[in-house]
Amino acid sequence: MIVSEKWLREWVNPELDTTALAHCLTMAGLEVDSVTPVAEGLSGVVIAEIIKAEQHPDADKLRVCQVNTGSETVQIVCGAPNAAAGLKAPLAQPGAVLPGNIKIKKAKLRGIESQGMLCSGAELTFSDDHDGLLALPADAPVGQSVVDYFDLDDRLIEIGLTPNRADCLSVMGIARDLAVVTGSVLQGESIQEVPASVDDAFPVTVANPEKCPRYVGRVVRGVDLSRPTPTYMVERLRRAGIRSIDAVVDITNYVMLELGQPMHAFDLDTLKGSIVVRDALPDERIVLLDGEERELREGTLLIADEAKPLAIGGIMGGEGSGISAGTTNLFLEAAFFAPRPMAGRAREYGLHTDASHRFERGVDYELPRRAMERATALLCQIVGGSAGPIIDVTDPEHLPAQEPVVLRQSAIRKLLERDISDAEITRILSGLGFEVVAGGDSWQCRAPSWRFDMGQEADLLEELARVIGYDQFPAVPLRAALNPAPIAEARQTLRALKARLVARGFSEAITFSFISPELHKAFDPGVNPIQLRNPISAELAVMRSSLIPGLVNAVAHNVKRQTQRVRLFESGMRFLPGEPYRQERRLGLVITGSKAPEGWASHTQSVDFFDLKGEVELLLSGSPSTPIFKPAVRPGLHDGQTAEVWLGDELVGVMGCLHPLTAKAWDAPARTYVAELDLERVCQVTVPSYSEISKFPEVRRDIAVVVAKSVPAASVLELVEAQAGPGLSHTIIFDTYQGEGIGEDEKSLALGLTFRDQSRTLTDDEISAALAQVVDSLKKELGARLRA
Amino acid sequence: MQALDELKTQACAAIEAATEASALETLRVELLGKKGKVTELLKSLGQLDADERPRVGAEINELKQLLSGLLSERKAHLQNAAVSEQLAKEAIDVTLPGRHQGLGTLHPITRTIDRMADFFGALGFEVVEGPEIEDDYHNFEALNIPAHHPARAMHDTFYIDDTHVLRTHTSGVQVRTMESREPPLRIVCPGRVYRCDSDLTHSPMFHQLEGLLIDENVSFGQFKGVIQDFLHAFFEQDALAVRFRPSYFPFTEPSAEVDIQCVKCAGEGCRICSHTGWLEVMGCGMVNPKVLEMSGVDSERYAGFAFGMGVERLSMLRYGIGDLRLNFENDLRFLAQFA
Repeated sequence: MIVSEKWLREWVNPELDTTALAHCLTMAGLEVDSVTPVAEGLSGVVIAEIIKAEQHPDADKLRVCQVNTGSETVQIVCGAPNAAAGLKAPLAQPGAVLPGNIKIKKAKLRGIESQGMLCSGAELTFSDDHDGLLALPADAPVGQSVVDYFDLDDRLIEIGLTPNRADCLSVMGIARDLAVVTGSVLQGESIQEVPASVDDAFPVTVANPEKCPRYVGRVVRGVDLSRPTPTYMVERLRRAGIRSIDAVVDITNYVMLELGQPMHAFDLDTLKGSIVVRDALPDERIVLLDGEERELREGTLLIADEAKPLAIGGIMGGEGSGISAGTTNLFLEAAFFAPRPMAGRAREYGLHTDASHRFERGVDYELPRRAMERATALLCQIVGGSAGPIIDVTDPEHLPAQEPVVLRQSAIRKLLERDISDAEITRILSGLGFEVVAGGDSWQCRAPSWRFDMGQEADLLEELARVIGYDQFPAVPLRAALNPAPIAEARQTLRALKARLVARGFSEAITFSFISPELHKAFDPGVNPIQLRNPISAELAVMRSSLIPGLVNAVAHNVKRQTQRVRLFESGMRFLPGEPYRQERRLGLVITGSKAPEGWASHTQSVDFFDLKGEVELLLSGSPSTPIFKPAVRPGLHDGQTAEVWLGDELVGVMGCLHPLTAKAWDAPARTYVAELDLERVCQVTVPSYSEISKFPEVRRDIAVVVAKSVPAASVLELVEAQAGPGLSHTIIFDTYQGEGIGEDEKSLALGLTFRDQSRTLTDDEISAALAQVVDSLKKELGARLRA
Repeated sequence: MQALDELKTQACAAIEAATEASALETLRVELLGKKGKVTELLKSLGQLDADERPRVGAEINELKQLLSGLLSERKAHLQNAAVSEQLAKEAIDVTLPGRHQGLGTLHPITRTIDRMADFFGALGFEVVEGPEIEDDYHNFEALNIPAHHPARAMHDTFYIDDTHVLRTHTSGVQVRTMESREPPLRIVCPGRVYRCDSDLTHSPMFHQLEGLLIDENVSFGQFKGVIQDFLHAFFEQDALAVRFRPSYFPFTEPSAEVDIQCVKCAGEGCRICSHTGWLEVMGCGMVNPKVLEMSGVDSERYAGFAFGMGVERLSMLRYGIGDLRLNFENDLRFLAQFA
C-alpha cells in the first residue's frame, strides 16, 4: 500500500516529521518499506502560457515561442509538436532544477536564444509522456509554481501490510491507526449523503448471499464524461500507482484508495433487465476488461444481468458493460464479498486485482453505503448527473458476526506484566473502532466491521501491546524450571560424528534435496523418484533418493575450478516413494584426487577404494557389530569396485568407485569414490565396557597362504578367527601378492596372528597346534596352501 | 719406584691417544687384564720386603684406579663423539612443512546452527528434528493457516501431492512435539526448509532454526529477554540494539518481527541494511492460543513463545558472506574458509 503523506495528513496530522511518522507506523505494525519524495529536486518550474509560436528560421522541428510567465514574457525555443499559442505548460526558467539534477540555463538553439525550457510530463518525472509538452488545464494559474499546483511537496509512504490488516488498504484505515497510536484527532472526510433526485432504481437479486451478503447499487443518470478528472485526483491516483482512465472510473478508484471500498461502474444502458449476483453456469464465458476471454469455473461468483455475465464479483469487470466515452447513465456497485469464498478465486484465473486483494483479506462490510454516498457526491461534483435512490440488498444472516470478546485485566497482567488503566484500554480500543463495555476487572469488546482478525483475547492483547509500543515492555530474564535430560551415550551425536569427519580431512557439503531426473536416473533408475508438482526448474525437479548424485555434482563443480583433491561429506534426508513417504537420514561421502594434500613429503598417488573403505570402517568402528563388505553391482558405480555395507543382517549402506561412463557423463574424475550410509546406524554406538588387560606376553606368528583369486580375504580371516582357538587375540593381513611364483589365478595373503591369553603365558606347543589347525582348515575349506 | 712412574706416564699417554673403542679395549687388557702390566706388578709384590709391600701395594692400586677411570672416561668420550657425529649427519631442515592429511571444515550453516543450539541448549532447549516432506495439516492447518488463507501466499509452497508439501518452515516439528509431549516444553528445531522462489536473495532450499517454549507464567517480557540475549550472544555484542516490531503470523499472537542494528554499519545506514540502519533477523511471538488448543495444550494454564530465524541470513551477516548461492555450491575455496 502506497499512501501520500499529504493525503494522510489531511486525515490525521500528528506533530511529527516524516521520519518520525514513518517510524511510528512501523512500530505500530504497519511496516514502512520506503519513503520517497514525489518530485525530488524539482524547483524553479512555473506554469506558463504560450502567447505566440513561430517556426524557427533554421530548424524544421523547432518553434520559437513567446511565453507569459506571469511576470514577464520570455522567448523559448521548443521542439514539442504541441507547442502552440494558448497552451499552458510547465516552464523551467533559468536556474531551475529538474529531477535528476538537471540544471536549466539560458541557451541558444540554432542561433536563437531560449530563456528556459518548456517541459513534458516525463521531464518532470510524473508521467511517461515524452511526446509533447505537458498540457495544463485552461484554468491553471499562470506564474504559479508547478510544485504548488500539483502539490508535489509530498512523499510516498510505502507500507508492507501483513495479510490481516486489509483495513489499512486505505488512507482512512492507516489514518485511524495512526490517530490512536499518536493520540491525535482523526479528521475524517465528512461523507455527505446525496439525496435521490431521480427515482430510478434498478432491480438487484442476490442468489448467493453467503458469498455476497451485501450488494449496494445506485443509478446515476446524465453524467458528462467529457469533463476531465480534477488534477488533484489524477495526481493522487498516480501516486498510488493507478492510471487515470476517465472521471467515473477514476472516482471509483479514488474512493477505494480513500475509504477502502472497491467499486465498479456499469454503463446502465448496456444492462438487460436486472442485476443478478449468482454462480457461473457450466460453460459460461466472459471477456474481462483485460481483453482476455475466460471460461468460467464452477463456483465463480458473477455479477450478471438477465442476458449475460457482466463481471467476476470482486475481481474484475467485463468488457462491454463498463464505462466508455459515450456513457451517460451509470449503475454503480459497492458490495461486500465475503473473504473466505473469495480466497484463491482470482489466482484461479491468473488474476490479482486491487479489488480481489482487498476482498480476499476482508473489506469493511458496513462501508458500501458510505462509499456509495461518497462516490455519488464526487460524481455529481465532477461530471454532474442525477442520482437515484440507494439500492441495498443485504442478508444480515450472512454478514460476519463480530462476537464480543472478553478482555481480562488478569490476562493483561500475566502476559504484559503490568496493569493498563481502564481509561487507556477504552481510549485504545475505542479508537480502533471497538465497542467497549467495562465491567470491573474485564471488558467486553466487540470488534469493528473492518477487523477480521479479532476473535480471541490474545488478539486484543496484541492490539494493546502494539499501540502502547512493544518497546514499552522491558525485557526480563527467562524463568523456567531446569529439566536435565539423560545423556544418551549409545547414540553418537551428529555433531561429534561431523567433527570426526572434519578431523579426517572431509569438508561438509550442503546440496539441494532436489535434483534433475537425469542425474537421479544415472544412480537410481530402479526408483521412481518423488516429483515436485511445481519445481523451480527441470534441474531441481525430483527429490533425491540418495546423497551420492549431489556429491558427485559438487565434485564436478570443484574439479572444474581446478580443485583436484576433494573430500566431502553431507548429512541429510533421502526421499523414497511409499505410503507414507520414506524420509531417511543418510551420510554421504566422496573422495577424489591424491591421497594426501600435495607437498614435498607426500606422493601424489590417487586415492583408491581402500582409502574410502578405511573411512567407512572408522565411522562404523563404534558399532555394536563389525561391518561386513559384500561385493555388489549398482547403477552408476564400477561393477568390480562396489560393496554393500552390512551390520549384522542389516544393509546399512553402499560404497564404490564411480562407473567410468557415469563419471564422464557428470564431469567427475574416473577415480571418484562414493559412499552412502544409514546415518541412524552410524550414530548407534556401544557404551564402552571395560575388560581386563592381559598381564601375559603376546606371541606373533606369520604365515603366507596361497588361495584362488576368487576367495575373499574376508573368508580367510573369518576361518582363521574361527579355527585358531581362544588364544588368538587378533589377526592382520600385512601383505598381498599376485604374480611370479604363484599361479595366474592365485593370490598370496600374508597373515599375522597374535596370540595372548588372559591368565597365563601360552606355550610354543599350544601356539603351534593352533596354527596347524588354522592351516589345515584353510587347506580343506578354501583350498589354500602355505606359500613356500 | 721408577718402573711404576714410567708405566703410569706411558699408559696415560696411550689412553689419551686412543681414538677407537677397540684400541681402548686392547689397552685395558694390556694394562689391567689378567696378564696386564699392572696386574703383573701386583703379582710381583711378594718379591718385595715386607715393610715396603704396603706402600708399594697402595701405589699400584692407586695406579690401577687411575687407569681404570681414565679408560672409562676415554670410552665415554669416544662414544659421545660418535653419537654427535651421527646426529650431525642426521640434521634436517625443520622449516620444511609438516606432513598431514589436511583438515576439513564444517559448513558455515552447520557452524551457525551449532552456535544457536549452544545458546539455547544452555537454557535447556532440546534440539528436535522432523520430516521435510510434511503434510498439509502440520505445515499449515495446525498453525492456524487454513486452506486459502492469504498467509499461504506468503509461503510459495512446493507441492508433492494434494496433501503433502516440502515444509515451508520447521514449525511442523513444533506441532508434532506439542502433540506427543506434555508441557513444559523447550525445543529448537533446525533444518532445511523449502520455498518456491529463486533469485539473488532467495534460494529454493534454505535453513531455519525455530524455537518453542511452553510453560506456565510465560510473559512477553521474558520472551523479549530470551530473544535479545540470544542476539547479543550470537553477535557477541552486548550493546547491539534490538527492536521488536508488531507483525503478523497466524501461529503467534502477539507477533513480532525483530530487527537488529545493522552489524555492518552500526546503524549508520549502508547497502546491507538498505540505508535503514536496521536488519530484520527473526519472526516471533507468543504462541496463538488456537495453536496450543489444536495440539492439545491447555491455553488457560500454559502460554508459550515461538521464534524462527533464517540460518543463512544470520550466518551471512556473521561471516560477511555476500552471495546466498555460495552456501550451496560447495566450492572448497569457500568451505575452506570456515576452518
